[in-house]
Amino acid sequence: MALTQTKLDATEARLAGLCLPAGPAWLTEAREGALARLRAMGLPGRGDEYWKYTRPDTLVAPEVTKAALFETEEACVFGEVDRLQIVFVDGVFDAAASDDLTGEGIEISRLADVAADIHWAKDLYGVLETNGQDPVERPLAALNSAFATDGVLIRVTGTVSKPVNLTYFHRSETSDAILHHVVKLEEGAELTLLENGPAAARFNKVLEVEVADKARFHHIRTQGRDHERRAATHIFARLGAESLFKSFTLTANGVMTRNECVIELTGDDAVAHVAGACMGDGDFHHDDTVFITHDAVNCESRQVFKKVLRNGATGVFQGKILVKEGAQKTDGYQISQSLLLDDDSQFLAKPELEIYADDVACSHGSTSGAIDETALFYLRSRGVPEDQATDLLVQAFLAEAVDEIEDEGLRDEIVGRLQGWLQRRRG
Amino acid sequence: MLEIKNLQVKLEDEDKQILKGLNLTVETGKVHAIMGPNGSGKSTLSYVLSGKDGYEVTGGEAIMDGEDILDMEPEERAAAGLFLAFQYPVEIPGVGNMTFLRTAVNAQRKARGEEEMSSTEFLKVVRAKAKDLKIDADMLKRPVNVGFSGGEKKRNEILQMAMLEPKMCILDETDSGLDVDAMKLVAEGVNALRSEGRSFLVITHYQRLLDHITPDVVHIMADGRIVKTGGPELALEVEKNGYADILAEVA
Repeated sequence: MALTQTKLDATEARLAGLCLPAGPAWLTEAREGALARLRAMGLPGRGDEYWKYTRPDTLVAPEVTKAALFETEEACVFGEVDRLQIVFVDGVFDAAASDDLTGEGIEISRLADVAADIHWAKDLYGVLETNGQDPVERPLAALNSAFATDGVLIRVTGTVSKPVNLTYFHRSETSDAILHHVVKLEEGAELTLLENGPAAARFNKVLEVEVADKARFHHIRTQGRDHERRAATHIFARLGAESLFKSFTLTANGVMTRNECVIELTGDDAVAHVAGACMGDGDFHHDDTVFITHDAVNCESRQVFKKVLRNGATGVFQGKILVKEGAQKTDGYQISQSLLLDDDSQFLAKPELEIYADDVACSHGSTSGAIDETALFYLRSRGVPEDQATDLLVQAFLAEAVDEIEDEGLRDEIVGRLQGWLQRRRG
Repeated sequence: MLEIKNLQVKLEDEDKQILKGLNLTVETGKVHAIMGPNGSGKSTLSYVLSGKDGYEVTGGEAIMDGEDILDMEPEERAAAGLFLAFQYPVEIPGVGNMTFLRTAVNAQRKARGEEEMSSTEFLKVVRAKAKDLKIDADMLKRPVNVGFSGGEKKRNEILQMAMLEPKMCILDETDSGLDVDAMKLVAEGVNALRSEGRSFLVITHYQRLLDHITPDVVHIMADGRIVKTGGPELALEVEKNGYADILAEVA
């Protein structure tokens, strides 16, 4: 279908300010391919069905909207975790702040440094993203594959002793960062990837993850309190037989966040869980868009998204489970819930199931509600002050999502952040 | 301990008067029972005293230890020493029973300017008290009242009472939904808490609970007022003849 003139113009206006970074032939080819995909799709506009609840304007505009820096005394999350840390400041790799990129069972290189004509990432860079463009187009991801200036390429061959932590800092009010990471877990390998920080005034990030047979990937991310930032992120994952993929995101504030997660279960007995806990206050818009495709037998997928919204904040959830013909014994579960702490906040949900196999168990549910007054009174009648009682109930509401984090230490770290946020709301 | 004078209460959203000038004095260290037919306003009295929304006090006062509690927030009443054992204890998914208990104990201590209980001390105390009420470790770990049987819920109420050590305890139909054994266990828990400095107001439909928790004074409530007051024998009279005779007598 031919693009409308408006869409063509908007896309070309954005492209005018960008140029394809140099690199080895395979990467240039991948970038040119992505650019061609993008030109064929055009950047998202307000009329697009997939952007019905989220305005893409500021995410696609040629100019980045200025975002004030956020000063805080609070130490960064995961600071106490024994980790391999990789730091990006406004999308630029910071070697001095990063750890040595070597470790047992893991190979890490920077996208910007890749020169070799033969590289394992050749089979994945932009490839998983391309797979994820069907049946729904994700133009911002194509833009990312074409123009990402940096990122990390991580290949895991064994069990890595400590998590890899990508830490992002936002230090310029007008930074416009595009990062693209590729992670490949070889058969039986295991990795925990942590991500934290606000990254830039505007951030476009793609994470492609190949989880081979029997490999295990854990992903825990926090999107911080840097209020004026805007972010569009994509995860594209492909899962082999008996593999495990678990991703959890904690989002606190941010005027505009769109997190897309596209997972393909291609090997039998694979497990994919995606969870998100988000807390929005005021001028806040958060969108979780998830698409899980079951294309193998006896796989399990779970989507658990919880949003606490107040003072006019908006939460969006678009989640789909697609069960292809032959994907028998699929176990799919999807829940999206919002806790609206006042009448001004809103939650927009679009849960979808599309099933072409006849022996599957899929369920989905979506709710919006206020705080449970009966439970609140019960707590207060025991002497717990109203604001503290409300916080307890908010935490209880988010627990199902937070409990998706397997590692107890990391889960406590996230709970600590969440409690800190709630306390600050009380002033 | 508690002096209720001419208490008048209506529903907030409806033009319906529930309590119509109720007078009641519970002395320190005494156990008073309130009996009465359905719809007499017994549960409303317990909710109004503990500060639940939805009721409007149109007159009168409720003085606990010299202070009118009707002006206080529910948490302030609790910190001042009031405790309501709910007829229907509330399930709170996602909040662990231990977290709940500890938060409540420490919130009250904080409100009273006392030092908070350390986690080791708290664990020690709660385990001992739970054991007396036959509450096992699993019940302490589970979310508040979620998946608890009727008896477990009521025992959990008494455990909270034991942990919070209130001065004035209101038991709202604590016997409802309990079999005889469960009722005995709950009554034993209550009796263990009876002391010189602690008063009880036991609200019940039936006399059977009062076989196990012997009251000092029994009141009969009807149509939003206390209509008759007497000793434990009054409860036996109700058991034998029902409410009709008494109500006819006072009418």
